[in-house]
Amino acid sequence: MRVQNTFGRSLVAVRNWPFFMDLMIAACGLAIFFGMIRIGTYWLSSPMPEAPISHSIRALPLYAFYSIVRIGIAYLLSLVFAVAYGYIAAYNPRVEAWMIAVLDILQSIPVLSFLPGVMLAMMALVPGHQLGIEMGSILLIFTGQVWNMAFSFYASLKSIPREMIEASRIYRYSGWQRFWQLEMPFAAIGLIWNSIVSVAGGWFFLIACEMFPLGNRFFRLPGLGSYLQTAASASPVDMHGLMWGLAVLVLIIVATDQLLWRPLIAWSDKFKFEQVESSTRVSSPLLALIHRSSRLVQLPARIWGTLDEHIYQMLATRSRDISVKPMDENGPGGSRMLQAGLAIFGGLVALWGGTEAYHLIRGVTWLDIRLLFLGAGATFLRVNASLALAAAWTIPVGVMIGFNPKMAKILQPVTQVVASVPATALFPVLLVGLIRLGGGLGIGSIALMLLGTQWYILFNIIAGAMAIPSDLKEAAQLYRFTRWQRWKTLILPGIFPYLITGMVTASGGAWNASIVAEYFHIGHQTLETMGLGAQISAATDSGRFSTLLLATVLMALMVVTVNRLVWRRLYRLAETRYKLEG
Amino acid sequence: MQETFATRLETPAGNGTIIRAEGIEKYYAQPSQNRIQVIAPTDLSIVPGEIVALLGPSGSGKSTMLRMLSGLSQPSAGQVYWHERPIQHAAANVSIVFQSFALFPWLTVLENVEAPLQARGVPASQRRERSLKMLDTVGLDGFEAAYPKELSGGMRQRVGFARALVVEPEVLFMDEPFSALDVLTAENLRSELLELWAKKTMPTQAVFLVTHNIEEAVLLADRIIVLGRNPGHIRTDFKVQLTQPRDRKSEAFTQLVDYIYKVLTRPDIAPAEAPEQQTGRRVRDQRQMRYQMLPHARPGGVAGLLELLVDRGGQEDIYRLADDLAFEIDDLLPIVDAAQLLGFLKVEEGDVALTESGTEFANSEILRQKEIFRDAAEKNVLLLRQIARALEAKSDHTVPEDFFLDMLDEQFSEDECQRQMETAITWGRYAELFDFDASKRRFVLPDLQEEEAAMQEGGE
Repeated sequence: MRVQNTFGRSLVAVRNWPFFMDLMIAACGLAIFFGMIRIGTYWLSSPMPEAPISHSIRALPLYAFYSIVRIGIAYLLSLVFAVAYGYIAAYNPRVEAWMIAVLDILQSIPVLSFLPGVMLAMMALVPGHQLGIEMGSILLIFTGQVWNMAFSFYASLKSIPREMIEASRIYRYSGWQRFWQLEMPFAAIGLIWNSIVSVAGGWFFLIACEMFPLGNRFFRLPGLGSYLQTAASASPVDMHGLMWGLAVLVLIIVATDQLLWRPLIAWSDKFKFEQVESSTRVSSPLLALIHRSSRLVQLPARIWGTLDEHIYQMLATRSRDISVKPMDENGPGGSRMLQAGLAIFGGLVALWGGTEAYHLIRGVTWLDIRLLFLGAGATFLRVNASLALAAAWTIPVGVMIGFNPKMAKILQPVTQVVASVPATALFPVLLVGLIRLGGGLGIGSIALMLLGTQWYILFNIIAGAMAIPSDLKEAAQLYRFTRWQRWKTLILPGIFPYLITGMVTASGGAWNASIVAEYFHIGHQTLETMGLGAQISAATDSGRFSTLLLATVLMALMVVTVNRLVWRRLYRLAETRYKLEG
Repeated sequence: MQETFATRLETPAGNGTIIRAEGIEKYYAQPSQNRIQVIAPTDLSIVPGEIVALLGPSGSGKSTMLRMLSGLSQPSAGQVYWHERPIQHAAANVSIVFQSFALFPWLTVLENVEAPLQARGVPASQRRERSLKMLDTVGLDGFEAAYPKELSGGMRQRVGFARALVVEPEVLFMDEPFSALDVLTAENLRSELLELWAKKTMPTQAVFLVTHNIEEAVLLADRIIVLGRNPGHIRTDFKVQLTQPRDRKSEAFTQLVDYIYKVLTRPDIAPAEAPEQQTGRRVRDQRQMRYQMLPHARPGGVAGLLELLVDRGGQEDIYRLADDLAFEIDDLLPIVDAAQLLGFLKVEEGDVALTESGTEFANSEILRQKEIFRDAAEKNVLLLRQIARALEAKSDHTVPEDFFLDMLDEQFSEDECQRQMETAITWGRYAELFDFDASKRRFVLPDLQEEEAAMQEGGE
């Protein structure tokens, strides 16, 4: 089992599990979906918090705080889950294939479709309380950011050099010591970069799920997202509030970048698995400051050290750690039974999910299905149009930036921040502009998708252009390549792997964005265009679960199919033919 | 003749034995009931007071043997005993010095050395004291706070030694510890190791060294074990009775080196004084296998060797050849093996001699060389012949790689199948027997136009 560890929201797994596993996992997903809706609809009658959203700018700091707390909790949950999931998958060959297949499917499902189900279920769990709806939104953000982190941690564990593991075995490291001295440091860099992507994704979902209609109710959570949406849907549009809201959001993102990610990246430099020190390093003034004020950091370090010491001594006295554990030890014999049990349980759950789905879908007419397929086609075209547009402008610009080291040094961090600004926050502003210009949502939604997707492509192309070795560039110059020749033989093949990584991420992002881009409440009117995303949103609005289910399944299927048929092949091509080695 | 400097070793069975392996073997089960034998059942003991060197060509399972003896890998059958207790239940006090050093780059030198003590629950102050003392012993005083990536290769391996020795292991295992270092550094470290060992500065009872460097083995070891391959088995096991310090230029030394070369280069003939315990063992010979084991050499390397031999009159001592080229035996042997397999060379008594076709090859220009290579490959290499036939037989002249991998995996492990296939592809492409589309993983027949173009390019 091998997974590419790259910077991207969705990662491509090398497929080696049978097709029926995908089917079973999909069916289990259905079962969970229905489980949630069941409980949810049962409790729908209980009182529901629909917080009024203030228009005042003074409310902004508190709203921002609420949103940050939601993101923070969701991120911590994701981190713990990703580490645990990656760990179990990497060290249990019996369940490994299943767990990676589950990840691959889950990362292809449009998270926003689960919004009603998750919300209803969570409110049902904590009835009549704000906590329920809060938990719902946190869970939703969690599902938006956890998968790539789990993938990254798993891939890191699988790529630890064999001799390092052998060293930890022969010196009889306890699991605790191995985790902190080998596995965590080895995975740290991948985990940090994926965290940056994940948190950016988290903002995207946060803003979408703080405020949404369901049936005849209108749910609101106090937060930045709902503030922005309220400002956008006021009539006349509250431009003043919108701008302020956006400014605060950008401020938070820049602050996170400077105060959290940059110091973390600079710090994680020591975890680079390299034999020679590299020349390019990220610097962080904050980290330098922390290092200088040594007294500040020494106290927690000392407390931790004392605690750690006790743990090591305790573990060392345990008898089962005194012998060397072989690398090829067979797992405990009884787990075949457990596996069979799990398989039977999974089968039953899948069966239940299937029959429930059947009952729900029975009421759907052929007309509906035709409409769904038409919508799917329209969204498919839109997604690809946005990808093509994004590639068309980012390739020349990205290559230009990447070939100019000075410019890249300044612009790369900037694009990183810009890429983190959630497209959902910009939608209202853009829509207001679009309506004033008189454009429809049919074209407008492509622009909205572009907003969310182009930055990942740009970011990756800059990295790719910078990675082209200078001797190749010099060779092209020496032999007086024409401009067309230079692009054809040097630049395009050179950036190809990076372009594909960016496009895979962007494609997943665009499908997800279609749910919010094709259907929008602004003022008292609802803007809508033909598309699968619009159908999902509309079904959520009116509580038509059968359409919601079908549309979600259809979208997941399309994402998975496109990934398998197009992106995975291109990925393999990038890996074999267009890899710049050495 | 060898009896003057080497005598047979009786299998020690005293109380002093630290590690005793009884009939250990390693095989990988294949889905098709066939199993791939990596190491044939083997008995082996490690007793106090000796440095044992394990020599063998690549693919003879040297590293696997080391890992089974140290408890890192479980034998498929048989048992390893640590002081007469099964090793998996014993608190075996062993260390390994790795070829790649296997230091933790995020820990300082001191933290790296302290880590094994930490695992054993040694209190912090004692841990520090012992580690600093050991760093001092290996000559790394003053480098405690450095990170491994700031050090040179030799210094890094010193950290590796300090980490291995700080736990005061009864047996110190070393897996090609000097092969990642440059010649001078390696020489330096070797003599320092010998000094520590001779002065009993290191708390170690026995050393087990895996190496592919014959001189290194003769220089360091009290006992040398030579492994053969397909599957891995002990070919000879003898004591070295030269006194330390050993002189590389002395006649006894070079004679012993020569003897080992002969054993290594004549895998088909049992060493003159085969030990008793070897008879009656079923050892699978290459010739009984359907596919030959292709040595992983490039055609360019073979051509280079042949041309070199022509310059030297068509015949040369392998040992001298390796020495003149500053080649390790592991680098030279696959090339010799490949040339032998293709019928370009004959190996006898540690000497290589060009055959007729080999001489013709070496004296031809490149296009003709390719033709000769193609004929030799089709004649002698079953896999290449099969691929070429299959391509001709199919109407679209293309066959997927998997087709041949399926046949190979009856005989080789998964990794070895891949390597065999890679070598076959390199050879086949050079011989223009076929082309290989790496993105589709398919063999294709080179079409005529492409072939002409390739020939023109090759001629330039």
